[in-house]
Amino acid sequence: MDIEKFVYELAVRANTILRRDVLNLINKAYLEERKIQPKKTLKVILDNALCAYKNRIALCQDTGLPLVFLECGKDVKVDYILIKRVSKALERAYRKEGFRASTVTPFNFYKPRFNPDIFHIEFTNRYGLRITIFPKGFGSENKSALKMFNPTVSQQEISEFIVDAVRRAGPSACPPFFIGVGIGGTADYALLLAKKALLERVDRDGRNEDITRWEKDLLKRINSLGIGPMGLGGNFTALCVKIKLYPTHIAGLPVGVNISCHSLRSATATIRI
Amino acid sequence: MGKLIKLKTPIEEEEISKLRAGEEVLLEGLIFTARDQANKRLNEFIIAKKSLPVNLYRQVIYYCGPNFKGDKFGSCGPTTSSRMDDYLEPLLSVGVKGFIGKGNRSSLVRELLRKYRGVYFLTYAGCGAYLWQFVKSYRKVAFLDLGSEAIFQLEVCNFPLIVGIDTKGEDIYKRI
Repeated sequence: MDIEKFVYELAVRANTILRRDVLNLINKAYLEERKIQPKKTLKVILDNALCAYKNRIALCQDTGLPLVFLECGKDVKVDYILIKRVSKALERAYRKEGFRASTVTPFNFYKPRFNPDIFHIEFTNRYGLRITIFPKGFGSENKSALKMFNPTVSQQEISEFIVDAVRRAGPSACPPFFIGVGIGGTADYALLLAKKALLERVDRDGRNEDITRWEKDLLKRINSLGIGPMGLGGNFTALCVKIKLYPTHIAGLPVGVNISCHSLRSATATIRI
Repeated sequence: MGKLIKLKTPIEEEEISKLRAGEEVLLEGLIFTARDQANKRLNEFIIAKKSLPVNLYRQVIYYCGPNFKGDKFGSCGPTTSSRMDDYLEPLLSVGVKGFIGKGNRSSLVRELLRKYRGVYFLTYAGCGAYLWQFVKSYRKVAFLDLGSEAIFQLEVCNFPLIVGIDTKGEDIYKRI
């Protein structure tokens, strides 16, 4: 298949079809919530997904900055031309499908563009090119948080920082949230890890049992904040916390928090080229 | 809570003063989109005493930057209102009566809405496809160089709202 057509379809899928794992958690919350207004809001979120799918329009008018993650297998040659083709396809998808041009140069807000060309490229031992399109809206991106802890910090202090980041995000970042946490690396890398955590399946536990226990404890604490869908209260301020770890320096412990709104959108597929 | 109140634009003072924070409203009539840059420009116009490109007396502003597929209207949910807090008073002073957006606002906004008897409405955040169903038509109005941040006039019917801050300054988010 032609890579430009492939990227085009991924961009449409990411913006108009809510991820199955995301839908699963929203549906579960809808069934469990008892308070009237939060329950109604969760129902509207489900209706919204159906409406977007049926009419092939964006789940949210903020079609984000379309971030690109490339995992290049050992048979794939990545060069400038390939990157330009991906970039062009993404722009064409946004223009033709009517996804919002939300990209501007700082201090120059005229004539917004579609695509800022933000690529994250990794090399893997697999075959093929695995492409992820992640439209990241800024209602929630604006609530990102980073803290450089001492290496001797307790898990408890890190938990407080994460819960506080969610509290500060409040009702305007479109709860119920999905919370990505990156621990380790450098300042920038911790935040990238946090973002990548949101690309993992959110309705399934990870392999590390200690981390899973921590994630569940954090989710419980976040949900006791009582912000709830649209800030209307209830039991679901967040639907999932995902933590990713990475080696770091002996002198520090960076912790990044990346928040996603309830409309956590991404599409991933592998192409053989 | 539970009962739905019908409201029409242009807003009648008497109708709006009856609304209470937390009540659900269905809006009918014309509303005007304006987000960050358009709010800033409208403020500059008002402060410089220049005539506005659109008459906003008794009207409702929707903090929204919608999608367009060619000429077809698309997803159109609310954006974060607190970024527009500092631009509120000049707009209230020219007679804007309602603002639609998402999220909590500053205590200054509560004061101003009480002073000018305006209302801040919430609508379903992150549900732009759902809200699209309630927009019957649209028209380009002003600041078209701003792309999706321009001012568009939307004709809406049964557009679902929740009163966030009422004319008494009561705020649904006060507990947060």
